[in-house]
Amino acid sequence: MRVSIFSTCLVDLMSPNVGIAMVEVLERLGCEIDYPASQVCCGQPAYNSGYLQDSKLAMQNMMLAFEASDYVVGPSGSCIAMFHEYPKIFKGEPDWELKAIALKEKSYELTQFIVKVLGVTDVGATLEGTATYHRSCHMTRLLGEKETPFQLLEHVQGLKLEPLKNSDNCCGFGGTFAVKMPEISEQMVDEKCGCVMETGADILISADMGCLLNIGGRLSRKGEPVRIMHIAEVLNQRQPVVSKGGSRT
Amino acid sequence: MSLQTDSRNFSERTTDGLGDSFMRSAVGSAQDSLKTRRLSAATALGDWEQWRNVGQLIRQHTLENLDYYLEQLAGNIERQGGHIYFAATKEEASSYIRDVIMRKQATKIVKSKSMVTEEIELNRVLLEAGCELTETDLGEYILQMDDWDPPSHIVAPALHKDRRQIKRVFTEKLGYTGDETPEKLAGFARTVLRQKFLEAEVGITGCNFAIANLGAINLVTNEGNGDLTAAIPKTHIAVMGMERIVPTLEEMEVLDNLLCRSAVGQKLTSYITVMGPSSAGETDGPEEFHLVVVDNGRSDILGSEFNEALQCIRCGACLNVCPIYRHIGGHAYGSIYPGPIGAVITPLLGGYDDYKELPFASSLCGACTDVCPVRIPLHEQLIVHRQKIVEQKRTGTADRIQMKAASKLLSSPALFGKTLRFAHSASRMMSKQGRIVRGPALLQGWIRSRDLKQPVRQKDSFRAWLEQRKGGSEQ
Repeated sequence: MRVSIFSTCLVDLMSPNVGIAMVEVLERLGCEIDYPASQVCCGQPAYNSGYLQDSKLAMQNMMLAFEASDYVVGPSGSCIAMFHEYPKIFKGEPDWELKAIALKEKSYELTQFIVKVLGVTDVGATLEGTATYHRSCHMTRLLGEKETPFQLLEHVQGLKLEPLKNSDNCCGFGGTFAVKMPEISEQMVDEKCGCVMETGADILISADMGCLLNIGGRLSRKGEPVRIMHIAEVLNQRQPVVSKGGSRT
Repeated sequence: MSLQTDSRNFSERTTDGLGDSFMRSAVGSAQDSLKTRRLSAATALGDWEQWRNVGQLIRQHTLENLDYYLEQLAGNIERQGGHIYFAATKEEASSYIRDVIMRKQATKIVKSKSMVTEEIELNRVLLEAGCELTETDLGEYILQMDDWDPPSHIVAPALHKDRRQIKRVFTEKLGYTGDETPEKLAGFARTVLRQKFLEAEVGITGCNFAIANLGAINLVTNEGNGDLTAAIPKTHIAVMGMERIVPTLEEMEVLDNLLCRSAVGQKLTSYITVMGPSSAGETDGPEEFHLVVVDNGRSDILGSEFNEALQCIRCGACLNVCPIYRHIGGHAYGSIYPGPIGAVITPLLGGYDDYKELPFASSLCGACTDVCPVRIPLHEQLIVHRQKIVEQKRTGTADRIQMKAASKLLSSPALFGKTLRFAHSASRMMSKQGRIVRGPALLQGWIRSRDLKQPVRQKDSFRAWLEQRKGGSEQ
């Protein structure tokens, strides 16, 4: 199965490990990886800030970049949810509407693709530790994907998942919201950090780098020793478990 | 009170809200408990998503045929001897009500809770006309006694106050001597208010829904004050927003179910009443009934890209799940309509000059859209506002330049390629030990409270890794 990787601009700029992990996980599951190099950003920052015309240029670039792809898979519920908005945005534009629908129909967030398209819930990952999972608002509400991250995390050996209180409250990222209304955003992320610390987890996992940069950046500023991991990195962990007999599994 | 509750700017109001730790903890716990109650009431009904679909259809249908149903309503009210008045503006609405009261030579007025009467500044107009006015909803009564403190929630207007503050208000203004138990405080208010009901000459209520084919109105309340306001005085004046109408009792039943469960997590509130002009031969109840239908800008919203906002049934569920409302509180919105629905309709009713920040006071998390019982796409409506505000060049030059430049870069593979190549070295002058410590205004907003690593070196980037791998596999 040929899969086009949509790396997202945050991974390109800040978090190469997430992209690498995603590729390694997908290849291990038998996918043939392809990377359309003309891809940039889904257009969400400008779109959500009200700069509609400017955002449409980014969207058009993406529709062209992935035109030949069979499947488009990205490590972000939020960016994929943005792809899913394209048909609404380009409704009635003859050159673009069909391209927008086509992109929507073949785009999946990473965990969604693994569970729903590949039909896999155990990717053979191993990670010792206690973690909590932050569900991103766009992935759960706009993309409508609530279950697949948990289905995969349940099968990660050695990983204990602690529930996160008020998990449906936004972490305060919201793209440009975080920088345009920093005073409010700061209070939101502080409350989220408090809930993360309450779980006692030493790892915070999410499927969206935006939220992780936000919560992780705040935790780091506060000096809290919580490790931040994108779910792709978790699923790519092969840390060996030594059994009683000393053999590696 | 008018639409505007505070003339200071958004930033000053927000600072106040964020600094009010008492209010924030009150709002936080109210949100947390309402969330659980709403969920269990919605689940108990079964097929909640279907109910929402039906609610949405009813509201859409009614708005599409609003002229028909309003005319039907008017005919049925007049046929029963009631009066109906269509007010184009808030001034027309409040003057009409004042004139009815003047004609009756009445001065003693009781009111039950109604957001639209706040919108038309009815209290100010009636007080200036010399009326003795009493708000009888417990929350509203507390606010009135506290020198007309503005409401901070559309269903629970005094949500920002706790029992200690309420006791202080009652003690200072009314000579209350009891303790701060809710039962004692409510009992005290009940005794005072009972007398007001008995003396009142005119009762003014809101209207949850007018029922077109009956020529009647539906009130949904918990305290019973609405029914007393409507039933005891000789004259009953009901005030409604132009869009708050249903074709028949059947649609009312659906919407009341959605309303009660969404607003307070109850199957039904204590009182669900349908009333209107007295029928011939009825010996009790008011002798005169007036229904004031308020437009005040709603016609302009009808049929516009904000049409769906008129579907609102004022349940307040979007306020109860909003993470922004949670931290800044209702007063920070500067409008009698706070929260997500307030951020959508306040700029429509009050204009962008005073309210252009409200649509940006959202992380677009979509919790509001998800909870709305009549499926208003609230966060999408906020984006439409943002588009209009940008179109009208109201976001400031710096924002414009930064967003335009960022958009150019994020839509061009060539420019983005250059950015990836130079981002790390360019960020060096702004960084210390691998973390960005200074930068332009937008970046400042981030780093004031969050650490931010420098962008990766191109050679360490994901794209470089892919390239190297490709090179490797070809060898």
